[in-house]
Amino acid sequence: MTAMTRILIRHEAILGILFVVVLIAMASQNDRFLTTANLLNQARLMTEVGLIAIPMTFVIVTGGIDLSVGSILGLCAILLGVFWQNLGLPLPAAIGLSLAAGTAAGFANGLIVTRFRVPPLIATLATLALYRGLAEGISQARSVRGYPDWFAVLGRGDFLGIPTQLWLFALVAALGIFILRFTTFGRTTYAIGNNEAAAEFSGLPVERTKLLIYTASGFISALAAIVFVSRVSTTRSDMGSGIELEVITAVVLGGTSIFGGRGMVIGTLIGLCLMQILQNGLSLSGVRGDGTTVVIGAVLIVAVLISNLLSRFSSD
Amino acid sequence: MSRRLTHTLGSLGQEILLVVVILALFAFVGVYNPRFLSENNLTSIFVGNAYIAVAAIGMSLVIISGNIDVSIGALIGVLAVISGLLVTNGYPIWVAWLAPLVVGAAINAVVGCLIAYARVPSIIATLAMLSILSGGLITFTGGQWISGLPAGYQLAQFRLFNVPSPVWFMIGMTILAGFLMRYTTFGRSVYAVGSNPEAARATGISYKATVVKVFAIHGAIGGVAAVLFATQLQVIQSTVPVGLELVIITASVVGGVSILGGVGTVFGSTLAAILFAAIGSSLIFLNVSAYWLRAVQGILILATVLADMARRRRTG
Repeated sequence: MTAMTRILIRHEAILGILFVVVLIAMASQNDRFLTTANLLNQARLMTEVGLIAIPMTFVIVTGGIDLSVGSILGLCAILLGVFWQNLGLPLPAAIGLSLAAGTAAGFANGLIVTRFRVPPLIATLATLALYRGLAEGISQARSVRGYPDWFAVLGRGDFLGIPTQLWLFALVAALGIFILRFTTFGRTTYAIGNNEAAAEFSGLPVERTKLLIYTASGFISALAAIVFVSRVSTTRSDMGSGIELEVITAVVLGGTSIFGGRGMVIGTLIGLCLMQILQNGLSLSGVRGDGTTVVIGAVLIVAVLISNLLSRFSSD
Repeated sequence: MSRRLTHTLGSLGQEILLVVVILALFAFVGVYNPRFLSENNLTSIFVGNAYIAVAAIGMSLVIISGNIDVSIGALIGVLAVISGLLVTNGYPIWVAWLAPLVVGAAINAVVGCLIAYARVPSIIATLAMLSILSGGLITFTGGQWISGLPAGYQLAQFRLFNVPSPVWFMIGMTILAGFLMRYTTFGRSVYAVGSNPEAARATGISYKATVVKVFAIHGAIGGVAAVLFATQLQVIQSTVPVGLELVIITASVVGGVSILGGVGTVFGSTLAAILFAAIGSSLIFLNVSAYWLRAVQGILILATVLADMARRRRTG
């Protein structure tokens, strides 16, 4: 236990130092970087990835993975538009139904993983295709626009001088920290990741825990879809494609072991901020959006390499 | 021995099933719309999709070895552009045909080393490669298509005995890979590594070397697929076909390659690629919107995986 804490501290310490170094480097490169307006805007932009990264931390701590989050986001965004515009439902009802659909999609992932014992990688790769396919089929490549002004408050408005969705994100993150660290559910999550068979034999509710985690992942992905649609005030079927890469990078960069059993929500938050300022800094210095995905990919590999190296140190 | 026999029969069953389904589909759609069976349409089904079948051969090797590769679509896009740039910059045509094989093998050998030696899980390594390759491609080419290809470069438009060359490549490489997997020490060691890495190590098979070789071969086969892809039209798109990796993985898995590794043949994956190409074409002839294609693909892969898991549980 103390050894584990030491690794976590070490990983987070390294990450923290890296964060400060990047921050200083970016600030000295560009005057526009270290301004309240820019930082708040960056925080606004990272909310969708950040929201999904919280349940993804739980998923990866159990030793699983959820590749379908981007497709759930796209499907829920499309459904929101269909419920509201094509079926003529009031927007709050459409939001509720869209959230329910995302939760159901996550629940289906959980069922496939727990009841049918399909490895999470393949299960969610299959539903990645299925959910995106449903989004494309339902939307027929038509986008929905013209959302009412009050809806934009969530994605583009402020509350007490801070972007509205950041309050939502802070709430979800705080909830995630609390559950993973201080509840039986959180301890069960670690136990599953460390040794699933042992957890099962100790009488822990392995299946129910995993089912709940994948369901939560679907629900939060739907929530991210609502925030996303509100921010860009349009829905398209390709929304959120590839977002799973950014989410997983943030989680792994934050020190969560891809093999399960180790990781913290705080680490995910630091990983997330590090990734966002890296992207922001690169785009401020003239690197285009596609160039930054190259950097994210490289950062992901380096993060796993360092994490493997650290765990080898500790096991020796 | 009997276990291997049931496995052989099991995977053969999948192949016979696929042949039946393909014939049924052709008969059904052909009755509904006879133009579906016209020589033109059949040729376009095979010529337009043979590169997917070819790439699925390499993917089958990767999955049989217990790994996965989600970067193959991006790799094919990059290698196609490399081939096009070589030939439009005055290099001999044979160089433009062979370079993708070498570069593909080299890139994937590095990925294989990351997986085997640095213990980066294949999903993470290839997810990162996906973003590096696709982001790098768009940054480098700016999305410009490559035109002005010299006469004689279009390998995929050649015919032998009036059969288009992609079909010959598809059949020839399937037979070659089938022979490699069944009758060589290397082929057997891929199965061994995939079904039980520990036991494979105990019998003196090098897990690391086998995985690196599998990925290098997969990269070279991806190079062949890239050349077939690049030479089918008068221009080369410099964007990666969206979701190509999923189509290729689907072909492997639906073709009977078990997602848990160790089981499957390359014949099944070729048949599944043909089936999937035929489904895509029949949607058009059945007047179903092509936007449902990905949903059909998702259902196919999910159904196959669930059936695979159920069969495994039954046989123990």
